[in-house]
Order: sequence, then structure tokens, then C-alpha cells
Amino acid sequence: MNKGDLILKLRGVSKQFGAVTALQDIELDVHAGEVVALVGDNGAGKSTLIKVLAGVHQPTAGTIEWCGQPVSLDSPGTALELGIATVFQDLALCENLDVVSNLFLGHEIDPWALDEVQMEVRAWTLLQELAARIPSVREPIASLSGGQRQTVAIARSLLLDPKIIMLDEPTAALGVAQTAEVLNLIERVRDRGHGVILISHNMEDVRAVADRIVVLRLGQNNGVFTNETSHQELVAAITGAAENSVSKRMARKQEEASA
Amino acid sequence: MSDASQQLDRADSRVRHDEGIAGALRALIDRVRSGDLGMLPVIVGLIVISVVFSTLNPVFLAPNNLVNLLFDAAAIGLISLGVVCVLLLGEIDLSIGSMSGLSSALVGVLWVNSGVPMIVAVFGAVLAGALVGLLYGFLRNKFEMPSFVATLAGLLALLGMQLYLLGSTGSINLPYTSALVKFGQILIMPDWVSYLAAILPGVLMVFFGLKTMARRREANLSSAGRSVLFAKAGLLTAGLLFCVYYLNLGRGLPWMFGVFTLFVIALDYALRRTKWGRSMFAVGGNAEAARRSGISVQKIRLSAFALCSSLAALGGVFAASRLASASQQAGTGDVNLNAIAAAVIGGTSLFGGRGSAWSALLGVIVIQAISNGLTLLNLSSSLRYMITGAVLAIAVIVDSLARRSRARHGRA
Repeated sequence: MNKGDLILKLRGVSKQFGAVTALQDIELDVHAGEVVALVGDNGAGKSTLIKVLAGVHQPTAGTIEWCGQPVSLDSPGTALELGIATVFQDLALCENLDVVSNLFLGHEIDPWALDEVQMEVRAWTLLQELAARIPSVREPIASLSGGQRQTVAIARSLLLDPKIIMLDEPTAALGVAQTAEVLNLIERVRDRGHGVILISHNMEDVRAVADRIVVLRLGQNNGVFTNETSHQELVAAITGAAENSVSKRMARKQEEASA
Repeated sequence: MSDASQQLDRADSRVRHDEGIAGALRALIDRVRSGDLGMLPVIVGLIVISVVFSTLNPVFLAPNNLVNLLFDAAAIGLISLGVVCVLLLGEIDLSIGSMSGLSSALVGVLWVNSGVPMIVAVFGAVLAGALVGLLYGFLRNKFEMPSFVATLAGLLALLGMQLYLLGSTGSINLPYTSALVKFGQILIMPDWVSYLAAILPGVLMVFFGLKTMARRREANLSSAGRSVLFAKAGLLTAGLLFCVYYLNLGRGLPWMFGVFTLFVIALDYALRRTKWGRSMFAVGGNAEAARRSGISVQKIRLSAFALCSSLAALGGVFAASRLASASQQAGTGDVNLNAIAAAVIGGTSLFGGRGSAWSALLGVIVIQAISNGLTLLNLSSSLRYMITGAVLAIAVIVDSLARRSRARHGRA
């Protein structure tokens, strides 16, 4: 896989939940060595799209091509096998299991006689790469803080050396240093030739790492931008109008400042 | 190499690391206080039961009475072992009693009435159990039918089948000279085998413990320390040796209980050391997370229900061999509740995701001790039912309180 090769191609993907159309005619391309940011307001369909790609939901229409081959992502297992790893917004960790078990869940080393020593060593190595502050990998997840859980979820996505990593709001629960670590990590993953799909409400983070910014609005594509695009333009695309609550607030603040 | 700060898992200065025997004790006390009770309810229960019943009737602690107790415990214990599997997923099987009764009827009809070889009849009964379990799993997977409803329906349906099979005769006596009945009534380990069985666990524990320790040291991880390992193994061996010595003052250790223990060891290995076992705990803890990790939740459910019903069927065979008959009463009455109570008393949570195979063995000894003690006092079954019901209620309350305490202390 060379840098710039098309890994994932979505055409006309739609998803309906009963009467609600969560996604309609979505187009999305992800290339090797590229960070694609997926932005949009609440309810724009970002998480639904991620879940379709993770095999959690099945699309009602449309085609998904993986390295040029049409594929159907009918279960999370299929997506993982293809090389699509996901960090879900709700993290999807098992609170009753310890960190090592969660990292290797579904992909344990030596299925008939679990190799706990090797798994623990790899867990520590992986967590150190992420500069994670986890006190003990043998404590159940229930005893970890939100940020620590986030790190465990990210570490788990890296474990299988996937081609594409999808991160749904990865920095929402993180501290300053760890946010920077995650952004570094995203760049490192990209430089290794993987594709990254990043969902974030934080425009600063998005601009910092994204090569392309795909805007979703009400379940539809609403333009593709680069990190040179101005903040106003992005907000306009996200909210669907140049005249929106964000621009009104900015104008009011400016008026107040000049008055 | 031995410098603690260099070790991979000892880099974080915020964590207290409990070293040595004192440290292990301190960690144990911490765990219990935060609601991780482990074996504590069983030990407290056994002490209370022994004191109460032996003051009321000294025969209770006589070696031969305890031998009988172990004979009786094996059948319920096997059924309870299956219950552990479904409880781990947060499911339940209420038809285990009926399944065990049906299985004993199947053995009676196939073997005694139709002349099928005994081994084949037993296999047939266990296979029937597996099929019933698969059906429950299918209903749960395809129709999202809550397992307590599906198995409640099964309770009645299987009981009906048992009555139908035994219909013409009412009960079938198993031949007294057969291996199956001997197994359930008189087969006792020779003294040397029982002592070997008492020593072996400690030896294996030290052997594998040292091996793991060496591997961990090689991988630059900390390990609990030899003193703790030797202390644990020593305590275990001393305890087992005493039990075996005491039982050998009477008839000795029943093979039936030995076979049950082997099943417990096998399931314990499967749950703790295999991918299947890890998946069981994951599905019980958070089924959606398990699914997103690529685990087939449906297959895990099928396997758990099938295992539960198969073990219930085998338990039914054990019960039939103990009573030397397959009757309409087999598997009715308190069998269901005793098996479920045993698993819960032993420390397997009703809420899923927590438990161990050993809880079946420990819990069934408590339950059987109560039942045995009450029988010695010549109490009618009406009182026995009431007391067993109360014990189950207490066990569930302890489970719920421990769960709440664990949540408060940030443990799952």
C-alpha cells in the first residue's frame, strides 16, 4: 500500500432507522497516509457513518469499496479483519475486565492457553508509546478515570495494526498533554501510511492534523474543505448558513468591542 | 533486573505495591472491604453451619456423615456448575431441575427398559441436554426471548416429557450391581489415591507458579514473590490433607465427588485461561462492547446454554445413580433453587460478568451441609424448603450489596 492509494471509497451510502434518514447518499474517500476529519453538528450523522464503517450498523443502500474491491461490512468482526479499527465515542470497554483483557479482547494471544505474560508486556509497551498514565494494567476498567479509559480504547485500536483508524471524539475526555499526545499519535499513524478518520467538535484539533475536512449536515455531504479554509466558512458549512448563531454571536461581540 | 523501579509495571509511583505475605494479606483485606468478597461468605457460612448443627446433633461432623454429604453434593454440584456458565452471561436457566429429571428418566428408559448399553444411554441423555440448551440459546438469540421466560417454559415442558417417559411405570429401578449405581453409592478412592489428590494441587501450584514467575522476571514484570506462593500452596495442601485424613477416618473420599471436582477444574481452566472463557466474561460484562471487539455474542450464548443443560443432564445421571432409580420426583422440589443458590453463595454474581467455576463446588458444600443438617434433625421437607429459600434470599442480598459496594469503590 503506497501513500496516496485509495483505501476506502463510499458511494451513495444511506442508512435509515425506521422513518428517520440518518445518512443519505454519503460519499467519502480515504487514502493511505491521510487524515480525514469528519465534522458536523450534533445529529449530522457522523457517529452513524462511523458505525456503518465499523460494521455495527448495516447501510440500507450504497456501495463500500475496500482497496478497489466491493465489500459488505456485515459484522464488527469483518471490519476488524479488513483492517478498520474504531475508537467509539462510548469506548465500548468491558468494565469487569482488566486493561490487558480489554486491549486483547477478541484477539487474545494463544486462544487455548492465554499467554498473559506476553499480553501484559505488549500492553505496557503500547501504553508507553501513547505516553499513557495507567497505574496498573491488572485493575478492572471500572477503576480507571475517563481519560485513562479513552487511552485504553485508543491503544486497543492500534493493537491489530489496522489500515484505517476511526476515532470518534478521541480528545473529548483528555487533558492538555494527552490531547497533544493523541494528535501526535494521529500524525504518527498517518506517517506510517495508514488512513485516519477523525470526528471532533474541536476545530482547533481538526485544523491541526486534518488533510481534508469533510462536512456532514443533516445526514448529507455538505462540502469538502482543507485546513486552510477559514473558520467562518467551516462553521457556515456545518450549520448550513452564513448567517448562523456562531456568526451572529461573533458580530455581536465585535460590536460590543468597538462600542 | 530486580530493581523494582525498572520493571514495566512498577513505573507509576502512585500505586501501592503489596509485596510479600504481609502485602498479600493487606491486599486481601482491601478487596473484601471494597465488596470483592471472594470465598469469605462460604467460609463464614460453613463455620456457622458446623457450629449450629454439631451442637444440635453431634453426628453432623462425624466422618461418615461428611462422606455422605459429599456423595449427595456431587449431583447438585454438577448442575450448579452449569448454572455458573449462564449466570456469567447475566442469563439464567430455571429448567435445570427438570432437565436433570428428564435425563435420569432417559437413562432409565434407554438403559434399563430398552437394553441400550449404559454408556450410550448416558451420552444420549447428555446430548439431549445439549440440544435443549441450544434451543434456549436460539430463542434468546433470534427472538430476544428473556432466558428466564424461555427456561421457565422449558421447566414445564421438560417435566412433562419426564412424566411421559416414565408414564407407565412411574419409576425405574437401576440394577444395584451395575457400575453406575456402585459409582453413586459405594465407590471410594483408595487412601493413597486420596492423599495423592490432596498433595497434587499444592505441588502443581508451586510448579506452575515458579514457571510463571520466571517468565515474568524474564519479561521485566513484577511478580508476587515466592514467599506468598509457598504460603498459599502450604496452606492449601495442609487444608486438603486434613480434609482427606478426616474423611478417611470414615469411608473415605467418594469417586463421585472426585469426578465432579475434575469437571470443576476443567471449567475453571476454560474460563480463566482460554479465549472462550475471556469472551464469556466480556459478554457478561458488556455484550455490545464484546460484539464490537469481534466476538460472536450469539455463539458464546449458545455455548453457555448448551453447557449448562448438558451439565444439568449429567447431574441428573449422577442423581439417578445416587438413588439407584429414575423416578417422577427426580429433579423436582428444591433441586433448581439449590443449584442456583449454590452458584450464588459460592460468589458467582446474578448480574453477569463475575464468578468462577469453584463457586459451584464451594456453594454446593454449603447448601448440602444445610440440607444434610436439617435432615439429621428430622425436620420435614416443609421446613427445609423454607430455610433453603431464606438462604437463597440472603445469598442474593449479599451479592447485591457487594455489587453496590464494588461500584462505590470503583471496581466492576
